[in-house]
Amino acid sequence: MNDATLIRKNLFRKRLRAILLVVSILIAFLIYGVLAAMQNAFSMGTVGAAQERLVTVNRINFTVALPYAYWDRVRQVDGVDIVAPASWFGGYFQEPQNFVQSFAVDPESYIAAYPELVFEADERANFLEGRTCAAVGRALANQYEWTVGERIPLMSNIWQRQDGTQAWELDICAIFDDADGTYPTNYLMLHYEYFNEGLSFGRDSFHWMTVVTEDASRNDQVSQAIDALFANSPAETSTTTEAAFNEAFMEQFGNIGLILTWVIGAAFATILMIVGTTMVMAVNERTREIAVLKTLGFTAPRIFRMVLGEALLLSFIGGLIGLGLAAGAATLASGAMAGVLPPFGLSLTNTLTAVAFMLALGLLTGVLPAWKAMQVRIADALGKI
Amino acid sequence: MTATSPLYTLKSLSKRYTRGKETVTIFDALDMTIPAGDFIAIMGPSGSGKTTLLNLLGGIDRPSSGEVHFEGARIDTLSQGRLARWRAAHAGFIFQFYNLMPTLTAAQNVELPLLLTRLSGSARKQRVKTALEIVGMGDRARHRPGQLSGGQQQRVAIARAIVADPKVLLADEPTGDLDRTTADEILQTLQLLNAEMGKTIIMVTHDPAAASFAERELHLNKGRFEERGKA
Ligand SMILES: Nc1ncnc2c1ncn2[C@@H]1O[C@H](COP(=O)(O)OP(=O)(O)OP(=O)(O)O)[C@@H](O)[C@H]1O
Ligand SMILES: [Mg+2]
Repeated sequence: MNDATLIRKNLFRKRLRAILLVVSILIAFLIYGVLAAMQNAFSMGTVGAAQERLVTVNRINFTVALPYAYWDRVRQVDGVDIVAPASWFGGYFQEPQNFVQSFAVDPESYIAAYPELVFEADERANFLEGRTCAAVGRALANQYEWTVGERIPLMSNIWQRQDGTQAWELDICAIFDDADGTYPTNYLMLHYEYFNEGLSFGRDSFHWMTVVTEDASRNDQVSQAIDALFANSPAETSTTTEAAFNEAFMEQFGNIGLILTWVIGAAFATILMIVGTTMVMAVNERTREIAVLKTLGFTAPRIFRMVLGEALLLSFIGGLIGLGLAAGAATLASGAMAGVLPPFGLSLTNTLTAVAFMLALGLLTGVLPAWKAMQVRIADALGKI
Repeated sequence: MTATSPLYTLKSLSKRYTRGKETVTIFDALDMTIPAGDFIAIMGPSGSGKTTLLNLLGGIDRPSSGEVHFEGARIDTLSQGRLARWRAAHAGFIFQFYNLMPTLTAAQNVELPLLLTRLSGSARKQRVKTALEIVGMGDRARHRPGQLSGGQQQRVAIARAIVADPKVLLADEPTGDLDRTTADEILQTLQLLNAEMGKTIIMVTHDPAAASFAERELHLNKGRFEERGKA
């Protein structure tokens, strides 16, 4: 037996109470873990954003198209290096729930604008050549077990073909990776020309342009110049950095960061009060036992540590179980949302933050009862019985 | 140190409580020596200060003035921490209501004071076993207090008081909650600890029959002691 045995026995002396406390802490950490994992998924787009890349979209919002002629005009803006136009394709494979993130792009300029995309040399050449070619990200190819050479019908839930169908036949000509593995590869690209020719409506327009500047220091100047070019036209533009654009895109799913902060704040304030009050009560009930320990020669600091240890033990049991469940839940959710979101889970930072929360919770709920326990006067506690 | 050299020396000991404007004096300028190996029964009316005296002897409470010496060293001026260590090393406490930890087994309860020593796990186990056997509870080591009778709980409490081998045992009404037969068994055990193991025992009791087990009786009345020979 040692002090740890005493701490454990004290914590679980009222089993139901201890279990309820563990569960309430567990739930708070489960909420934290799941939300943090989701936030990771939503913020992944900003990871791969390069400094020199700007994104130009319609000023109304990024689902409203821009005229085809804008491509050429932006290319002539001073300080612009590459302009890569792209359109939402809104693809799905076989069933509408098999959402496939897909864009119609000008392959030449798109690949130039995204040098982090890694291709086999011959596959790259084939993709640039073939009108009906698609280049598929590794993650997406793995999901549907697609291989180079395969022909797939990709349906669009936005567009219709002139023949009345919604399927574009695509040849998978290339599978690409991300150079440093941080940018998700869960999408595919098809040729803008092939896409555009088949359209029954909305031809000769696109949804955004990725604009690579000659130097990141000229970003502000270039974006102002682009937007000035189309000011007072029927399709005004809004040009921002790619990072800002990705963030704005993700915000259509709600401001996860803010929700996260509020939910976690509320959950922690609640358990702080519940656990704190319960710990004070639990220690009050034990005043006499604490007095006996002191009589036997346990010093006040040692009593303080034991009560604090009890609060910490409680916090870590609940916290670690909750975090473990959250990691499991995140893995399941990540699997279920593959295709919509890049793979996600708890990061090391999330885990360390959670451990810091556990420590803080244990200390905050333990300090007051530990202090009270330390102050117990033997003669008062034992004398009156 | 010989058997009759003083274990405790109390010099001009006073204890007063102030309640509002009123000051209650429990003892005033009390002088007393307690030789090592003594077995004293302290008697006296309720509220006369018996528990207060035990607390002063046990380093749980401090006098208003005066000095408490143990084996020639003053203890009433020690810091809280040193006093706690002094208690762990030198004094064993026995209470009227046993005060065992309800969540621990008999053996674990007895082991508690040894957590404050440097003894190894196996040495502690051996000591616990011996202490439980001395009080006749060797076969109840794994029982919890709730599974033991009052007398058995008090035996476990005595084992806890002696396990760290202190010089003095301080007992406040140790048989106050027990029937006559059980009380006599407990008192015989205390007698044995005094006679065979040389423990100095200071026992507070209301009960003349219990007091008769001691070597001498001190009656506390209005802050003064009077010694009465054994009947
Ligand atoms: N913390 C305190 N504050 C004020 N008065 C106290 C305090 N502790 C004890 N007293 C008083 O000191 C006196 C002696 O108390 P003590 O507990 O020593 O008596 P006792 O002889 O042990 O009595 P009993 O036989 O009932 O146990 C009592 O009058 C009691 O009310
Ligand atoms: Mg008393």
